[in-house]
Amino acid sequence: MNADAHTAGHHGADTDSHELPHGSLRSYVVGFALSAVFTAVPFWLVMNGVIENKFAAAIAISILAACQIVVHMICFLHMNTRAEEGWTMMALIFTIIMVVIALAGSLWVMYHLATNMMPLHDMGGTPSSVAPSGGMPVGRTP
Amino acid sequence: MSIAITSTDSTAPVFHLEHEHAHAEGSSTMLGFWLYLMSDCLIFAILFATYGVLGGSYAAGPAPRDLFDINLVALNTTMLLLSSITYGFAMLAMVRGKVAQTQGWLAVTGLFGLAFIGIELYEFAHMIHEGATPQRSAFLSSFFALVGTHGLHVSFGLLWLVTLMVQVARRGLIAANRRRLTCLSMFWHFLDVVWIGVFTFVYLMGMLR
Repeated sequence: MNADAHTAGHHGADTDSHELPHGSLRSYVVGFALSAVFTAVPFWLVMNGVIENKFAAAIAISILAACQIVVHMICFLHMNTRAEEGWTMMALIFTIIMVVIALAGSLWVMYHLATNMMPLHDMGGTPSSVAPSGGMPVGRTP
Repeated sequence: MSIAITSTDSTAPVFHLEHEHAHAEGSSTMLGFWLYLMSDCLIFAILFATYGVLGGSYAAGPAPRDLFDINLVALNTTMLLLSSITYGFAMLAMVRGKVAQTQGWLAVTGLFGLAFIGIELYEFAHMIHEGATPQRSAFLSSFFALVGTHGLHVSFGLLWLVTLMVQVARRGLIAANRRRLTCLSMFWHFLDVVWIGVFTFVYLMGMLR
């Protein structure tokens, strides 16, 4: 272990500081300032009910969250198109596509999830009313 | 024909080692760790999708507005954001080779992380005390799965942070430790990115419902 770490220290001593991704003080401070703004504004919007229309408020805080994620990616995670010959960016793009498919697909497919469920007033009731004998509660014809 | 088969079986496999490039130790670690983070991102995407589908199913139980304390969430978000910038300062100290500064900023980062976990556990305990357990409704099951998984990640990040502080104390800022600290910095900033999604889509949108 000791010898291993020792050789590694010698091997990467001159190249390592160039290879490892790290930002400058400026990038961290700018990233922190932008993040603070992008965090404070949505909390302010929701806590004070600034936007009357709830759908509009939801869109607004989603956009602010997207902006903050981009700031974190660039200023804190030091994403760029050159790192690892572009492979980190390729992996990120692939992941974003998968995430969009998983999120949008799930929400779209399951949008009518509750449509075939029993009426709401049955649900908090006695166990006998929740589980009819031998029947599946979903898709039951009245 | 049988001769041909026996001859291929008896031939020892040939490795053309002369065509292999020499790779410096740890040269592929950053890309590999990034790929791990991306797979972790998919785990969180599925948990977000689950919450998105089930987040409105209260089973006549408590709704987000009844449970969430938005001031507590704002405080928690501040803790995690501050821990992100202090880890950044630790990385800058590491690049300059200052061991004591690096350790100091790592310790501050750990304290902010600990505060985050403490506040989150207080919130969970409060909810469970009020009867809002994961068993209560589909909304609460998916809530505890998503937020709990993030909290578990932060907890393991803290364990990793302490381990690396011991490593740096014993061996200094050798190349292997720099590499490990860089991996943890990516992990830590990644968890902050996930938390942006949590406080926006779980807490703030929960208050809007």
